[in-house]
Amino acid sequence: MSEVLVLVDHVDGAVRKPTYELLAIAKRLGTPSAVFIGGAAQAAGAAEAVAKFGAEKVYVVDDTEIKGYLVAPKAEVLQQIAAAASPAAILITSSAEGKEIAGRLAVKLESGLITDAVDVQAGPVTTQSVFAGNFTVQAKVTQGTPIITVKPNAAAPEETAGAGAVENFAATISDAAKKAQIVASQPRESSGRPELTEAAIVVSGGRGTGGNFDPIDNLADSLGAAVGASRAAVDSGWKPHTFQIGQTGKTVSPQLYIAAGISGAIQHRAGMQTSKTIVAINKDEEAPIFELVDFGVVGDLHSVLPAATEQITARKG
Amino acid sequence: MNIVVCVKYVPDSTADQAFEADNTVDRVGVPGLLSELDEYAVEQALQLKEKNSDPDSVTVTALSVGPEGAADAIRKALQMGADAGAHVVDDAVAGSDALATSKVLAAAINKIGSVDVVVCGMASTDGGMSVVPAMLAERLDLPQVTFASVIESQDNQFRIKRDGDTATEIIGAVTPLVLSVTDQTGEARYPSFKGIMAAKKKPLESYALSDLGVDAGQVGLSAAWTAVESTEARPPRTAGTIVTDEDGSGATALTEFLASKKFI
Ligand SMILES: Cc1cc2nc3c(=O)[nH]c(=O)nc-3n(C[C@H](O)[C@H](O)[C@H](O)COP(=O)(O)OP(=O)(O)OC[C@H]3O[C@@H](n4cnc5c(N)ncnc54)[C@H](O)[C@@H]3O)c2cc1C
Ligand SMILES: Nc1ncnc2c1ncn2[C@@H]1O[C@H](COP(=O)(O)O)[C@@H](O)[C@H]1O
Repeated sequence: MSEVLVLVDHVDGAVRKPTYELLAIAKRLGTPSAVFIGGAAQAAGAAEAVAKFGAEKVYVVDDTEIKGYLVAPKAEVLQQIAAAASPAAILITSSAEGKEIAGRLAVKLESGLITDAVDVQAGPVTTQSVFAGNFTVQAKVTQGTPIITVKPNAAAPEETAGAGAVENFAATISDAAKKAQIVASQPRESSGRPELTEAAIVVSGGRGTGGNFDPIDNLADSLGAAVGASRAAVDSGWKPHTFQIGQTGKTVSPQLYIAAGISGAIQHRAGMQTSKTIVAINKDEEAPIFELVDFGVVGDLHSVLPAATEQITARKG
Repeated sequence: MNIVVCVKYVPDSTADQAFEADNTVDRVGVPGLLSELDEYAVEQALQLKEKNSDPDSVTVTALSVGPEGAADAIRKALQMGADAGAHVVDDAVAGSDALATSKVLAAAINKIGSVDVVVCGMASTDGGMSVVPAMLAERLDLPQVTFASVIESQDNQFRIKRDGDTATEIIGAVTPLVLSVTDQTGEARYPSFKGIMAAKKKPLESYALSDLGVDAGQVGLSAAWTAVESTEARPPRTAGTIVTDEDGSGATALTEFLASKKFI
């Protein structure tokens, strides 16, 4: 079976969950090969991590020479590995950077590109959710090596050991790829909560919080959830932009999405409509968010959420 | 200095969106407009001009690849203050994917010539992939400084702030470059009455693919490297349960619901 390349998404060698999801998908399409672009010292740990989730091979590319540059060098690395491995497909996480790498790679390999897949099956046939989740589209790449970016939570990670054979790959990076320099990088402070795009549960607050996010934060903590926010809440300065969910923020598709004090504008829906279960708390029974919900409470979030949090904590004992 | 701002004409996202029988986006039956996110790109292009020591030496050209109606999107950019418009309109373009669109945009940018800054929006509002700016950078062999939330420039030096998934980064590059901007860069201006009047006299050039040296066989639906096999309107969500909170009943019902779904 042909190799399927999976670009490892990691922070300083710590592999992020979506990578394991991609490996599970890769197994449906062929033999999973992980591509780790990172520090030499972190390679062994990362290789071990991806092997646990089925990577048969791990290409290791030392990033000393390229980590100071944005996107372009990674596309060159993948191009060169693809030329050597002739993979059946290349899978990348659907982050802003992941999509940009994929876009440049598609031009280089003269291959079709599908972004934001919420499912990928043998073929590969992809499923995407478009127009703020109002339509589902099935698509295929018809030319070259299918390059597919996949949204977090599109598949369940599968813990099955792969050989994890490490192959050090010496990529040649052109000067042209070194034109956009990363002058400074400030890693995101860990909130102690799950990462927004990876979380199984997300609790979001909007303008209806009136700036008091305690009920949101506390409910999230009782459920082990990530915290999100509407643009109105972000624009008011109540939460940083990295919390924003929607068209110009993050896209999430957790098992459970709880929207409190959020009206449900189309731009917000664009970021959460593929969530499996949707719950809303809003004091206006006419709020459009109620059109989406599996369960809704018409009420004041400032009383409903704290009381629910208390009950949840009690049940969890 | 030459600035090209790429503006897309998109179906109004507040109207009902639909697909054609060939699974392409219906761009005729649904009213169109300048993609809201590209207004931020126009705004930043205009600010680059205004901040230049000699604004009159800077030309901002609004470029769009799209059907006849796309001229409206260009006109809006002209009304906001862009100096000239360029419209690639050719029946062969219909149904192009991002790869083909970026190819046509790149050819048009080369045609305009000696461009210093290409400004794009962060995504098109119609199922945007957020890939065209990176593809343009690849095709034009220019540095990409993309997803900017803050832009600083001095002469040919650019620095942007970019909120990545795991880090906030400062990216630096020198012109010529491709820049894409987010809605965090600040509100876009409304066309003034004066701007609307002035726009009528501004040049708006139309190009066919042949003018750009792009082979019609390389673009459009038939040449797309991906194929949509089927589209399906999402079945309306089965109406959820909605309860009204009375004296704490809402919290109890919510907790029961979450427990019944095994979230607790
Ligand atoms: C180009 C563009 C991009 C955008 N991108 C995004 C995006 O990425 N994400 C996003 O979210 N928005 C985005 N928006 C903004 C979007 O259109 C809405 O303005 C925004 O989502 C509204 O936020 P909200 O629901 O918190 O506020 P509102 O619409 O003001 O709703 C607040 C809700 O809270 C309820 N409420 C008030 N008090 C209480 C209470 N005590 N208890 C319970 N409920 C209460 C009210 O009934 C109301 O329904 C974008 C807009 C544009 C133009
Ligand atoms: N047909 C088009 N005409 C002009 N600019 C476009 C077109 N398509 C995409 N763009 C530009 O590329 C950006 C990102 O688009 P996309 O990759 O489609 O999300 C948009 O915000 C525009 O600036």
